[in-house]
Amino acid sequence: MGKKAKNRREFIQSGMRMSLGLVVGGLGALSLKHVTKDEWVWQIDPFECTQCGRCATNCVMSPSAVKCIHAYDLCGYCNLCGGYFKPDANKLSTAAENQLCPTAAIQRRYIEKPYFEYVIDEDLCIGCAKCVKGCTSFGNGSLHLQVMHNICLNCNECSIARVCPSHAIKRVKAADAYIVKGDFSKGGKT
Amino acid sequence: MVKKLIYISFTFTLLLFAWASSGQQRFPKPEFENGYVQPSPVTPEPRAAAMEFFDVIVLLVALSLASYLAVKKRSRQGILWLSVFSVAYFGFYRNGCICSIGAIQNVALAFADPAYAMSITTLFFFLLPIIYSLFFGRVFCAGACPLGAIQDLVIINPISLPRWLRKVLGLLPFIYLGLAVLYAATGTDFIICRYDPFIGIFRMDAEFHMVVLGISFLLMGMFVARPYCRFLCPYGVLLKWMSMFSKWHLSITPSKCIQCKLCTNSCPFDAIDFPTNEKEVISTKSNVRKFLIYAILIPVWVVAGGFIGSKSHTFLSKANPNVYLAELLIAHPELKNDPDNIDVQTFMASGKSLETLVGEAKVIRNEFYIGGWLLGGFIGLVIALTLLNQVIYRKREDYQPNRGDCYSCGRCMDYCPVDR
Ligand code: SF4
Ligand code: SF4
Ligand code: SF4
Ligand code: SF4
Repeated sequence: MGKKAKNRREFIQSGMRMSLGLVVGGLGALSLKHVTKDEWVWQIDPFECTQCGRCATNCVMSPSAVKCIHAYDLCGYCNLCGGYFKPDANKLSTAAENQLCPTAAIQRRYIEKPYFEYVIDEDLCIGCAKCVKGCTSFGNGSLHLQVMHNICLNCNECSIARVCPSHAIKRVKAADAYIVKGDFSKGGKT
Repeated sequence: MVKKLIYISFTFTLLLFAWASSGQQRFPKPEFENGYVQPSPVTPEPRAAAMEFFDVIVLLVALSLASYLAVKKRSRQGILWLSVFSVAYFGFYRNGCICSIGAIQNVALAFADPAYAMSITTLFFFLLPIIYSLFFGRVFCAGACPLGAIQDLVIINPISLPRWLRKVLGLLPFIYLGLAVLYAATGTDFIICRYDPFIGIFRMDAEFHMVVLGISFLLMGMFVARPYCRFLCPYGVLLKWMSMFSKWHLSITPSKCIQCKLCTNSCPFDAIDFPTNEKEVISTKSNVRKFLIYAILIPVWVVAGGFIGSKSHTFLSKANPNVYLAELLIAHPELKNDPDNIDVQTFMASGKSLETLVGEAKVIRNEFYIGGWLLGGFIGLVIALTLLNQVIYRKREDYQPNRGDCYSCGRCMDYCPVDR
């Protein structure tokens, strides 16, 4: 190869390299404006969720990373719990046929007359939102769904967020990962 | 003035009333007498931010190691082990998220939507491999990319594809890149993540058709080496541009090529350029005319592409949920009474008017119109330049890796008999 041709080629190469470097550098500098130190995670706004049931079926994890949270602050400890019992339950007993939850993930425990405590077994819950719907329609709405971050893979785009009809799933800073209803310390509403 | 005051105090009382009534629970929380302690809701903490930074450091180390192994140490063995590590760590352990390929979309959306922010680690994942490519070639592809590495590990009997087929299929990544940026920037979808064929394998859990896709890519990859890398990967496009002008790059021979031709079939990706022979030199004289014609045609390609792109904006925008819903409701108003259509019912219950929805959809569709022009123009430009490239004559005396296409996997180095 002629020395001249080689020199010319090298000149073009380094010129292009320099310009590409500038483009990349510029892009990096510009994007610094849109960057935060915090990580971002997905979160359900329980006030916007309409309990459609897609959380259970659309997460990349099976069972879903979305599970029910019990915001005890709001709970009325009702005997007739709209989240626990089917609307047509024939008796207020823990018999499986009376329970709304398909996996019997809610444990009902007597506390004192006439109050009962309801605890979610997170391992059983599949995030189907049936209890949430019941509690929201007939009770205080203390049961609600939330993304559980020990299971959630923090997908680059949450596949539930894409199909959530009420746009209830948003990206928030990891420090504010959970909205729990009635949790006033985190700006909660009732 | 007085009217205003009355108005203000009226709204204030109303607000107060609303607040009080909403604060009222249907069933107030009881006062327990038996000392019952209320449990607190279960809220497991997300992965610590420090861990995300740790990932960036792992990436940095992997990239540096890959550069060292490919350019300096010339060790295929080392790159192989690095690939195994990357598949294990970034793939199976980190479940393939966040990856540099998908980060394209975060960057695109961040530029398009001022309300959207990404974390600094995402930006690092996007920029680091590009910067390394500018200095050392596509070392990210060599051993740090989990998607590339898993494909690299399954290559058993690669066949050589005809040049024209490679060139034609090689246009796909550009289209994919353009579409991914368009869909991300309009806030519609992250298609790279959604159709990542290997994520189902890394997570060992995904929808059935994605697992099938992943497995078929791997099966195909036994014979057509790295099919995703070569004919789909949108990030590869960016790396290719950088690598073509990189400062250093892996070379087949450690010192001087002796034209022994031992390496000619060593590259599973057909990425080795052969020396140009004299016959070609003579035929290039007539290429000057072709070159001029192709050069003049560039703007034609761009405009034609842009035109086609803008024409398809209606179709492209259907992927956006708002546009889709608005179109659906206009075309089938009777769906408003369909209790089984969750999207429509939720929309109806939300109290948002159809006009607002249609207005939003129009804005998005307009973005798609502009995006369609840009996307089409970009693809037109790529086609024009690919054509132009066919008639540019570059003299080569040695067997060299093609800097754009070479993944720096290092296989060819082992075939070269020349010592240092
Ligand atoms: S998809 Fe949305 S509306 Fe449906 S249950 Fe999940 S958060 Fe609620
Ligand atoms: S009804 Fe569904 S959401 Fe509620 S606890 Fe059971 S599985 Fe979880
Ligand atoms: S980010 Fe992924 S893992 Fe988490 S809830 Fe959404 S789909 Fe499930
Ligand atoms: S071409 Fe794309 S998928 Fe393949 S190794 Fe490079 S970045 Fe990864």
